[in-house]
Amino acid sequence: MKLKTFAQGIHPPYNKKTVNLSIEEAVYPHNVIIPLHQHTGATCEPLVKVGDEVVEGQKIGDSAKFISAAVHASISGKVTKIEKMLHPCGVEVLSVVIEGSNSSTVVQRDSSAGEEKKNKTVDGLSPEEIRQIVKEAGIVGLGGAAFPAHVKLSPPKDKKIDTILVNGCECEPYITADHRIMLERTADLLVGAELVAKATGATRVLVGVEDNKHDAVLQLKTEIRKRHFTNLPDGIEVVTLETKYPQGGEKMLIKAVLNREVPSRGLPLDVGVVVVNVGTAVAITEAVRDGKSLIKRVVTITGSGIKEPKNLLVRIGTSFKDIVEQCGGLTADAYKIVMGGPMMGAPQLSLEVPVVKATSCILVLSKSEVKEDQIFPCVKCGRCVDHCPMSLLPTRLAAYANNANYSEFEEWGGQDCIECGCCTYVCPAKIPIVHWVKLAKLKLRQMK
Amino acid sequence: MSYLISHAPHIREQRTVPDLMKAVMLALLPATIAGVIFFGLQALALIIVCTLTAVITEIVCLKLMKSTVPVNGGGAAITGLLLALCLPPSFPVIFAIIGSIFAIVIGKQLFGGLGYNIFNPALVGRAFLAAAFPVHMTTWVMPFAYRGVEAISSATPLAAMKFSQQSTSSLSLLFGNVGGCIGETSALLLLLGGIYLLWKKVINWQIPVSYLGTVAVFGGVFWLVNPAQFPSPIFQLLAGGLMLGAWFMLTDLVTSPITKKGLWIFGVGAGLLVVIIRLFSGLPEGVMYSILIMNAVVPLINRYTRPRILGQKK
Repeated sequence: MKLKTFAQGIHPPYNKKTVNLSIEEAVYPHNVIIPLHQHTGATCEPLVKVGDEVVEGQKIGDSAKFISAAVHASISGKVTKIEKMLHPCGVEVLSVVIEGSNSSTVVQRDSSAGEEKKNKTVDGLSPEEIRQIVKEAGIVGLGGAAFPAHVKLSPPKDKKIDTILVNGCECEPYITADHRIMLERTADLLVGAELVAKATGATRVLVGVEDNKHDAVLQLKTEIRKRHFTNLPDGIEVVTLETKYPQGGEKMLIKAVLNREVPSRGLPLDVGVVVVNVGTAVAITEAVRDGKSLIKRVVTITGSGIKEPKNLLVRIGTSFKDIVEQCGGLTADAYKIVMGGPMMGAPQLSLEVPVVKATSCILVLSKSEVKEDQIFPCVKCGRCVDHCPMSLLPTRLAAYANNANYSEFEEWGGQDCIECGCCTYVCPAKIPIVHWVKLAKLKLRQMK
Repeated sequence: MSYLISHAPHIREQRTVPDLMKAVMLALLPATIAGVIFFGLQALALIIVCTLTAVITEIVCLKLMKSTVPVNGGGAAITGLLLALCLPPSFPVIFAIIGSIFAIVIGKQLFGGLGYNIFNPALVGRAFLAAAFPVHMTTWVMPFAYRGVEAISSATPLAAMKFSQQSTSSLSLLFGNVGGCIGETSALLLLLGGIYLLWKKVINWQIPVSYLGTVAVFGGVFWLVNPAQFPSPIFQLLAGGLMLGAWFMLTDLVTSPITKKGLWIFGVGAGLLVVIIRLFSGLPEGVMYSILIMNAVVPLINRYTRPRILGQKK
């Protein structure tokens, strides 16, 4: 049987060498840097001041704006600094620095919850209550875009959501965090998906997984058979998808699984779908059932520049340096540090940046892997056109962007670009196509 | 310690523009060698001179224009080689040099160099030579004539067909043991090179398939109507420069469309033109003009065959 997928895309080498390594808890950090902006939307206001004692799980930043997400202390200790510091996205962001103490008090919003009460609360909660808990816990999409989860869970009344799509594709090469989560946190993942369905009024859940994660597919199917989903009249199902980049892009996933097309400049909820990453689903379960805020996430530390690649459960705010040290450190020929995957990740100036909610991976490439190719003029080979998952004409967009011809850029669909980088991956002239397109989009945002 | 900061994606496919050019050169090698075997030292001289002239002209142009485009792209060598392959074996070397310079200067660099030329440069050179030296461009010799005491001039299979309704056996056309341009006579070796390029994904399959398919079908219609007057589709496919054009010239990346639909329109259009020119014009062969004319409409084709963006209204 031919597996479901989207049109075009690429098959890069996957290099998922950490796939069989279980998630380990990272060493408790001495201090953490917690940026007040780790999500799409408004920056948080600090709720603490220098000198304050904070405890693990305490909310230290929040915003009155709807599209934003609260941030929490990931360790207990004392606030020593609140100032602009380097964020892995390459800009300086107001951040709270916490110097750790030895006490390990944990703030839980519902610390008295016993086993029975837990089960009851999950079932008994109203959609509004779920949204509120998710908002308070500061949960964002953990797939990489870091879109505030409570916003996704609050579809406008005129948009009927019928399906929750759980994104277990992890199509970026190297990263295995989501794969490990699907294997190790299967039950929690399903509970989270059901909670999302309940909050949005959806009646079924589909879990999309690429066929290179066969063990995860089997495990999810087994777990689904064992459980009973009272809130899902239309059931829950695992959909195996072709292994192809960018299968995990929202629009590609929805097209592949449901054959629906998110309208240009629209959102998944325009076609009755809410997409959540597997890690986000687990975080939602932990927030609702266990009262935990989002202060840890699974990070894959890998690449030929890392001595001992690992999957670690890391506290938000831990510096890349601390994490890399736990993985044996960098090799002598480490040359490029990337937060995220090799296709869409952000290059890093140094290891002195903190792990944030969007850090799915710390990828270190060695000198031999990073090719700095000579750039040629576009030879119109059309390879970017053949591989663009959005069916754009990337070479033309790049030319418009490069000539600052922004009206033509928009006319030819520049704003529909999902920045996956397939065009640039396949370009024999080594033109930084997606980079130019991103710059044009940025320019247009600034002009508006 | 400082690390490299450069844009995503951080991994790339290995292949570069010079790699593509090298593949094309390699694919042309069998037909080139066959040309030398069939037509002797004069052919070899033309091939070397055209290729070298093209490369030197390109280097000089880039220097004069203070261009930042790397010289090692390799496109010029292909232009020179292709020009040589579509010249008659007895063509004077001095005129070939002029053609090669014209191809690079007028056909390519004046349009902006690599990636910006509208017309296939080799064919621009050839069209110029056909206009400037019509007699030399239509004087043909038989293969292996160089072994004889005197050169035996002959007509090409297409001219024989057109002007005296004389057919040539398909087997001869396949192996190339016929009169014609240096590199166009052996359909089989050109096909071999073409398949190599398809396998290496250097060229789009849509172009040769639609081009050759159209010539076979459209040419076949005339043949069915009047087999006495018109050649069979097999003859149409194997004779003349069609194979060379289909696999190596119409497929030129720079001068062909970038959209899938566009590739089909491009190939079908060129195929129709070949048949019309071959059967109804004063010329026996129409490959060159079919390609040049379709090259001219590529920007238009690209504009009107825009793919539907995912999520855009149907």
